[in-house]
Amino acid sequence: MTRPSVASSGTDPFPGVPLVELRRITKHYPGVTANRDMNLLVRPGQVHAVVGENGAGKSTLMRILYGEERPDSGDLLLDGLPVRFRSPADAIAAGIGMVHQHFLLAENLTVLENVILGAETSRRGLLDRRTSAHALRDLGERYGLAVDPGARIEHLGLGERQRVEILKALYRGARVLILDEPTTVLAPGEVSRLFTSLAELRARGLAVLFVSHKLDEVLSVSDHITVIRAGTAVGEFATGDADPGVLTRLIAGGDLPPAARGGRGGKGPVVLRLDGLRTDAVNAVTLELAKGEILGIAGVQGNGQSELIDALVGTREITAGTVRIGGRDATRLGVRQRRRLGLACIPEDRHRQALALPATLWENVMLGSEDLRRRSRWRLDRAAAREAAGEIGARLGVGAPSPDFPAAALSGGNQQKLVVGRVLRGRPEVLLAAHPTLGVDVGAQAVIWDLLRDARDAGLAVLLVSADLDEVLGLSDRVQVMLRGRLTPALPAGELTRPRLVRLMTGT
Amino acid sequence: MNALTRRPALIALLVLLAVAGVRALTGEALTDSGTVGAALRLAVPIGLAGLSGLWSERAGVANLGIEGMMIIGTVCGAWAGHFHGVWAGVLAGVLGGAAAGLLHAVVTVTFGVDQVVCGIAVNILAAGVARFLCVVVFTGLPGAGATQSPPVTGDVGTVSVPLLAGGAGGGDLLGDLERGGVFLLADAAGLLRGLLHEVSWLTVAAVVLVPVSVVVLWHTAFGLRLRSAGEHPAAADSLGVPVQRMRYCGVLISGGLAGLAGAYLVTVSSGLYQEGQTGGRGFIGLAAMIFGNWRPAGTAGGALLFGYADAVQLRQASAAHTLLLLGAMLAWTAAIAVARRRPRLAAGAALLGAAAFALFQSTGSVPTQLIYATPYLTTLLVLATVAQRLRMPAYVGLPYRRGGA
Amino acid sequence: MMNELAARIRKVPHALAAPALALLLALVVATALLAAAGASPGRTYVTMLEFGARPDSLVSAVNRSVVYFLAGLAVAVTFRMNLFNIGVEGQYRLAALLAAAAGAHLDLPAPLHVAVMCAVAMLAGAAWAAIAALLKVWRGVSEVLSTLLLNYVATGVVAYLLAEVFAAGSTTGSTADLPPSAHLPDLNGLLALAGVTLPGGASLGGAVLGAAVLGVAVHLLLTRTLFGHDLRMSGLNAAAARVHGVDPRRMIIVTMLVSGAIAGLAGLPHLLGTAHHFGLDFPAGAGFTGIAVALLGRNTPLGIAPAALLFGFLERSALILDIEGVPKEIVTIMQGVIVISVVVAHEVVRRAERRRAARLVRARTEPEAAPAPAPGRVP
Repeated sequence: MTRPSVASSGTDPFPGVPLVELRRITKHYPGVTANRDMNLLVRPGQVHAVVGENGAGKSTLMRILYGEERPDSGDLLLDGLPVRFRSPADAIAAGIGMVHQHFLLAENLTVLENVILGAETSRRGLLDRRTSAHALRDLGERYGLAVDPGARIEHLGLGERQRVEILKALYRGARVLILDEPTTVLAPGEVSRLFTSLAELRARGLAVLFVSHKLDEVLSVSDHITVIRAGTAVGEFATGDADPGVLTRLIAGGDLPPAARGGRGGKGPVVLRLDGLRTDAVNAVTLELAKGEILGIAGVQGNGQSELIDALVGTREITAGTVRIGGRDATRLGVRQRRRLGLACIPEDRHRQALALPATLWENVMLGSEDLRRRSRWRLDRAAAREAAGEIGARLGVGAPSPDFPAAALSGGNQQKLVVGRVLRGRPEVLLAAHPTLGVDVGAQAVIWDLLRDARDAGLAVLLVSADLDEVLGLSDRVQVMLRGRLTPALPAGELTRPRLVRLMTGT
Repeated sequence: MNALTRRPALIALLVLLAVAGVRALTGEALTDSGTVGAALRLAVPIGLAGLSGLWSERAGVANLGIEGMMIIGTVCGAWAGHFHGVWAGVLAGVLGGAAAGLLHAVVTVTFGVDQVVCGIAVNILAAGVARFLCVVVFTGLPGAGATQSPPVTGDVGTVSVPLLAGGAGGGDLLGDLERGGVFLLADAAGLLRGLLHEVSWLTVAAVVLVPVSVVVLWHTAFGLRLRSAGEHPAAADSLGVPVQRMRYCGVLISGGLAGLAGAYLVTVSSGLYQEGQTGGRGFIGLAAMIFGNWRPAGTAGGALLFGYADAVQLRQASAAHTLLLLGAMLAWTAAIAVARRRPRLAAGAALLGAAAFALFQSTGSVPTQLIYATPYLTTLLVLATVAQRLRMPAYVGLPYRRGGA
Repeated sequence: MMNELAARIRKVPHALAAPALALLLALVVATALLAAAGASPGRTYVTMLEFGARPDSLVSAVNRSVVYFLAGLAVAVTFRMNLFNIGVEGQYRLAALLAAAAGAHLDLPAPLHVAVMCAVAMLAGAAWAAIAALLKVWRGVSEVLSTLLLNYVATGVVAYLLAEVFAAGSTTGSTADLPPSAHLPDLNGLLALAGVTLPGGASLGGAVLGAAVLGVAVHLLLTRTLFGHDLRMSGLNAAAARVHGVDPRRMIIVTMLVSGAIAGLAGLPHLLGTAHHFGLDFPAGAGFTGIAVALLGRNTPLGIAPAALLFGFLERSALILDIEGVPKEIVTIMQGVIVISVVVAHEVVRRAERRRAARLVRARTEPEAAPAPAPGRVP
């Protein structure tokens, strides 16, 4: 595969020694090679995009650059000189700043406190808040990132929080700013505002590393693109010369099979009905879900989807409206009672809500299996649970030698396979699937999608909540979009194009 | 309730009015300078224990071993205090408490053991150590027994504010006002005089520690870093803050404060070590910290409240009985104050007030055995009222290891 | 089935590693302290062992350990759910008082009399624990603080009830003596059947049998019932348990009630077997030893039993130390050191286990393994 060299691609506004160079970086984790002989050149005054699928190795590379991980082999060069980062403190001192995908901001502290933490200015032993606040305000104005220094983080929206994260880096004199999947949590207007700020940063000679898997954004904002697949850099382009088709093929490693489209679900009787449902962040949601179909609720995270799922599961109080499961009014029922009616869920946060990591596989299977509980009344049927765990493990290739292994020992993808296998084994009537393949490697993702499709074909009703366009379009029969707590009317998946879905999700 | 709680001065005035009213009705002076002075003396160990908990929890480490660290403080304080004088005793108490804190830090921060379990274990160990040391070090000395030490040598000394409360230079304005017996004025004067008359130097030191804690924790870089270790260790780590080291600092300071509380008990409160003298104050201190919403000033306020409950128990039986009347009046005032916005809470408060009043009327006095339980019951009541709506450091109780749990 | 058994057996050495380490550390610390205190460590240990190994000492130790076992069970039930019932002390004393008062006024045939007293004790203990449970569920008050504060309140209540209600007018300041039908028989008869005679008039309290039965019952409850499963899951991940139908409030209340009920029984061996009345001199402190024993025994009856025996043995053998001029409080320190080192050792072993399991799993899923990573690079 030819790799177009940077030199031949034309415009390079600030030629010279690259600001940062990663040379032949290799990083192993037990059982997986995250980065293999990876090379990356970063020049000042550029927005350099790093694109690739989930699990391709982008985040690991950035963590190495930021000093959070150390490479097993390879070199890191700054201004042409080799450096070794023992920790983020070293990277910060060298002028590298990182905005993580999941913000690292203390809710109870103010913007100012979060920004100056670790880089405080003191006068006579006491914090000099006034000087710092002044400097912060200056930075904010200069780059269009204004935030109130005295505000508590918990009161800020996601877009404002991201601005604080960027200011954190700039306050420390960052010359290289790494943004890890910055647009996943942003609302429509905030994305363009971010891009404006990035342009300003570029104009002032900073280098911006934009890590993303969203090709369209990358094409619109970057000067330079590096494609990563399976741990290596497989292509480098100046954005102006890049062909989207070529890029897509490089990212996926071949021609993508046509996205499997849903739309085969036949209409059965309605098994889940929501009428004017209201709870925190959810504003009068009405929907109907029938047997044998997958209804996809698409939307950017933070528009009320989590709260909706909580309300349906029973862990959040419903303030108005009703929920009917299989015709029965479940609005005032508890979690266990709803499960007995045939409601099951794949929770959004695997570690926090789906599995007890220190517990064994069979215990985790028991935890989520209503049928095993019902069968044996007050007794704990170990044998049945172990058998079920063994069966799921073998069928889905979960990797543990026996059901007595702790769930923590499995990889993320295998854990999720266990979760999905467990929930489907119980033959529920209605399945709430919240981001079922979030953070899961491509192989496990495919397995899970097949499982869901097969279950749907066998008559399961699935309410799918996802922010992943491929997932929504590939699995759903009908799609509704959740925006600011409200649902758009349902559309057959076959009639939806990707751009149209994006517009609906961003409210444009 | 919110509008009211935001104006502590108003609450103080209302309470004072209630107190004055009770005195008018029953002749029982609930804020006489003697009781208030005792309340202050009893509040100091609780307040120091509360500060101890605060420093540790702000750094992200739950410290349930404060009681044990106080016990170590008492035994070390009594030992050094007997052989080398009072101030040596204070120093030894602080160091002993800090050593116990070091143990807690190593087990929870470095080894990642569950913080609550470790705290309980520290209490068990400390009780054993104290008992052993007492037997080994104190037997044979004059005045000592199997469970108590010989008296501490010397006195910390007290100070009174001149002009107002009988200090150097004469003048006891507040005392005169108190003896005057005027409604509200006498009660307020008694309250103030109790806080300013014959106050131990160690008390002054302890009180000073409150604003010092505020300044250090909220106005220095060290304090910010320590708090970040408790609010979001991952964020702090990503910015180069040494989270484990900050946690160690918090727990060590916590241990030192607990040790100081113990030293106070043996030097000011009683003058010697006695088994069981901490009496659960380590935990009441934690309750004060919770009441104070993890802030030093609030903790001090809570400590005064619990100290007062403790003082009532020690002063006279009739005072405890009269407290019921006061409690009823305060409960009804609270009920009226929130009746419009939170009717259910108001109903509960009114009910509580009625129960307290009924008890007051039906019993001649509170039985002595139950008076002993006053501070603990007060603490429980306060916790039940405030526990839910507070803000604790976000990452307390969760061990931090770089790269995930 | 064989697989499971094999897996369990393989875990035994690991399970013993932590307590063994803890014991070793305690010995080291005790040796140092004894030396510093001027006593000969070697001679102390020998004396303790000699005294402790005498048959009458052993019997006494076993009798003592029954109380610790019961207290430890009570604590362990809540510990498994990350709830901390530190109020066993108050619960068992209050329960013993109420049981003694009730028992003194009843006249029933022996087994029934004892059974009724047990029931009263269990109800009393559960009720006292319920206060803390309700405070937690309704007002979010930490049960660590509330159970502990309630201990002190219980002391006051017990003193009050004793002085004003149950022993009013009595010269001894304690409840009336229990009629013979409430005396728990000792097991010497049974032992004689088995051909064993206890020398020196020692008697093995009947409570041992009762405690054993209760231990088995609790073990079954924790490992073979859905309740026990829910309990464990709530302790490991409360949020996940909730999402899958476990009602946290119900769990808290039921667990505390069960714990309180078991705690209530802890005072009965002494009440029914030895003292036959409740006075202010009723032994205190068992509640806190129960906590230590539960931690040492890793919150399972199988572990708590030997732990209780160990503590009982240590305390009994310590009695001889007074005579020898060695501070017997060395034993309390040993107990404290054991507790701390055991919790540390548990944690260390747990982490090692987790890494080992993860390695095994990854070895299976990635047969063409990448080059072995440098040590310490676990993400």
